[in-house]
Amino acid sequence: MITDLRPNPLRDPQDRRLPRIAGPCVLVIFGVTGDLSTKKLMPAVYDLANRGLLPPGFALVGFARRAWAREDFAHVVHTAVKEHARTPFREEVWQQLSEGIRFVPGQIGDDESFSQLAETIADLDEARGTGGNHAFYLSIPPGLFQTVVDQLRSHGLAEQHPGRWSRVVIEKPFGHDLASARELNRIVLSVFPSSSVFRIDHYLGKETVQNIMAVRFANELFEPVWNNSYVDHVQITMSEDIGIGGRAGYFDGIGIARDVIQNHLLQLLALTAMEEPNSFEASQLRVEKQKVLDAARPSKRMDLHTARGRYSGGWAGGEKVKGYLEEERIPPDSRTETYAAIRVDIDNRRWAGVPFYLRTGKRMARRVTEIALGFKRAPHLPFAETDTEELGYNAIVLRIQPDEGVTLRFGAKVPGTQMEIRDVNMDFAYGEAFTESSPEAYERLILDVLLGDPPLFPQHEEVELSWEILDPVLDYWASLQEQPEAYAPGSWGPKSADVMLARDGFTWRRP
Amino acid sequence: MILTLEGTTSSKISAELVRIRRSLGSPAQGMVLTLIIVCDESEFASALEASIVAGREHPSRILLVVTAPGREARLDAEVRIGEGTPGEVVVIRMRGAVAAHPASVIRPLLLPDSPVVIWWPGKVPNNRTGDELAKLAMRRMTDAAAAPRPLTALRARARDYIPGDTDLSWTRLTPWRALLAAALDQYPATIKSVSVESERNNPSADLLAAWLRSKLKTSVSRKVSDGPGLTAVRMGTAAGDIAITRPDGLLASYTVPGQPERLVALKRRNFTELLSEELRRLDPDVIYERTVKSLLDGERSTRSKPRAKKASKKA
Repeated sequence: MITDLRPNPLRDPQDRRLPRIAGPCVLVIFGVTGDLSTKKLMPAVYDLANRGLLPPGFALVGFARRAWAREDFAHVVHTAVKEHARTPFREEVWQQLSEGIRFVPGQIGDDESFSQLAETIADLDEARGTGGNHAFYLSIPPGLFQTVVDQLRSHGLAEQHPGRWSRVVIEKPFGHDLASARELNRIVLSVFPSSSVFRIDHYLGKETVQNIMAVRFANELFEPVWNNSYVDHVQITMSEDIGIGGRAGYFDGIGIARDVIQNHLLQLLALTAMEEPNSFEASQLRVEKQKVLDAARPSKRMDLHTARGRYSGGWAGGEKVKGYLEEERIPPDSRTETYAAIRVDIDNRRWAGVPFYLRTGKRMARRVTEIALGFKRAPHLPFAETDTEELGYNAIVLRIQPDEGVTLRFGAKVPGTQMEIRDVNMDFAYGEAFTESSPEAYERLILDVLLGDPPLFPQHEEVELSWEILDPVLDYWASLQEQPEAYAPGSWGPKSADVMLARDGFTWRRP
Repeated sequence: MILTLEGTTSSKISAELVRIRRSLGSPAQGMVLTLIIVCDESEFASALEASIVAGREHPSRILLVVTAPGREARLDAEVRIGEGTPGEVVVIRMRGAVAAHPASVIRPLLLPDSPVVIWWPGKVPNNRTGDELAKLAMRRMTDAAAAPRPLTALRARARDYIPGDTDLSWTRLTPWRALLAAALDQYPATIKSVSVESERNNPSADLLAAWLRSKLKTSVSRKVSDGPGLTAVRMGTAAGDIAITRPDGLLASYTVPGQPERLVALKRRNFTELLSEELRRLDPDVIYERTVKSLLDGERSTRSKPRAKKASKKA
């Protein structure tokens, strides 16, 4: 006899060896033939199983427009896991997983296919004991969301019953401006309650992003200087060394500001600038992030404090590469930017007067994501002017990827007879102190979806606030006659970006 | 780089560590802990291998202490940097009178202001709590399964438990315990009886039984099977058994009343995985402490009834 809700006697908050294992459930992936699915989602599911974090009785259902049988799909998953999983392939883990793999061939507009999906899921609930718990992962273009959520509703798959759950997972882009984001939210929220919608920004699943909060709120050392009394500007950078590759169809017309600033960079800004939450409960964290995003706004002088660029052809990292306009399927009159830099000001007591510079670009010198807090110069330097010629400004750099860690930059005396001061770096390398095998962002996020743990997922309010910050910039750029400024591939962006910082008396860090 | 120092001292070893780091171009130290491993020549090779791999997850200064008798006092060392681990490995061989004062050699080599862990992969000193190397460490790892008489060894260590002790036979249980707890998350029934099946002389099974007894407040019966290791746990409910059976040490089957039987991977783990799990938490494991108390109390109560009440209250 199952008794009422009563604490599990085998669980103990002090027993920290025991991981939380998700309850039995079905994960349904739409668009299962896509790159994301084979390179990230399926391997992450396997890695979770291998770490013992998936329940016995977990089922994975693929839905796509292929005439596949169950075995064909199982083979696809098998190959994806073997090629891309982080943890070693083990036959017994595969056996556990493959028992619950199903495939439903069909089109999302087709009623018949969804009836079959509903049937498959009902079978699994019976055969695998998944108990009516379902997560729907929409790895499909946002244009198809409406059709899918309507189908889920009309086939009774979105219904919320007590004691079981039905969740939907969506990926960026969450719209392409405020209006479209609102429309997207309306569509999804018309079928699923807000608490059942999980928006994946894989950046937030990264260990080093969560470490931002550990650095800020677990230490006494940084908090006293984390404000406008000491910090004079902040630079948040996310650069890639690759071009747009095969993503022309998606990227052109969207541009990098929508692709990266709206979600990743503004989320990093929120985590860096927010006040301390009362606790790490999802609602508390969200309140603080919303507050700071609400206080953030783009600079009033768009002409002075934004910059955009587009990579031209040339040599990058020893390879001859094409310019953006020469990439496949890019129209010659395209005005899409591949580099964007904006200044954001935050109107609150902690940050008033401290500009936050956000920049992102493709075909830059190297792939790096970091947050750098630049400090004011010491008010008085008791040295001869020549002694401190080589002294820059102090900085705390949170390195998000690829070489995860924290750097402190300060001045030190150069050995020798004279008092000569130069910048040195003190490094903490995550990989050095904790290791290679930190879980992939998707592992963490998928597990959180199955556990129903929402702190790492932005809610629709955050998404809308981010668009409110970015929209005026996009409008301004759209109103300009000229093309984005060209920059050499493998460089650190267009000249106008350097000029933009120089106006405020700063220079970009070379990450 | 491997460098051999014969007839050396602690300060020469320290100097060598700094010198090699510099010559490799990385004077920075990202190491998070010092791991002292005490073993004899026969255990040396496997201990070295496990610690190097674990050192990748927890970059550390690994000090492998090998003592041997001898007439002449002699200290030899082998410094290994950049040999498959981000940390440093120093093999220290002590003979003669030096071997009687190992802490005097090790103390100067501990990393500043960071945790110290000691691991005896095989033989454990009789007076473990009074051992001078053990006193340097905040966490002490033993492995009852490696002792000639595992069950006796487990009880001996349980009796002189001090906070910071841990045993790998407990670490081996984590996947089982996680699965059992998850089973009760999904099927929160009142457990009326429990049985634990394992091969003979399995200290982990004793600990698991003690843990379940203390948590579920019910009697736990033990059955002997052919192994390997733990083979089954059955928890009886009014509607039938919640059972996890693993006959092959790899893949288990999982049954809950009213639900289909399912497979779950439950592989026996190697030393490296166990060591990595242990090094993840460096504070005393209170659940382990309660479990070993329950182990001893359970056995005492079967011998003398009047103490039973007090025992169950404590658990």
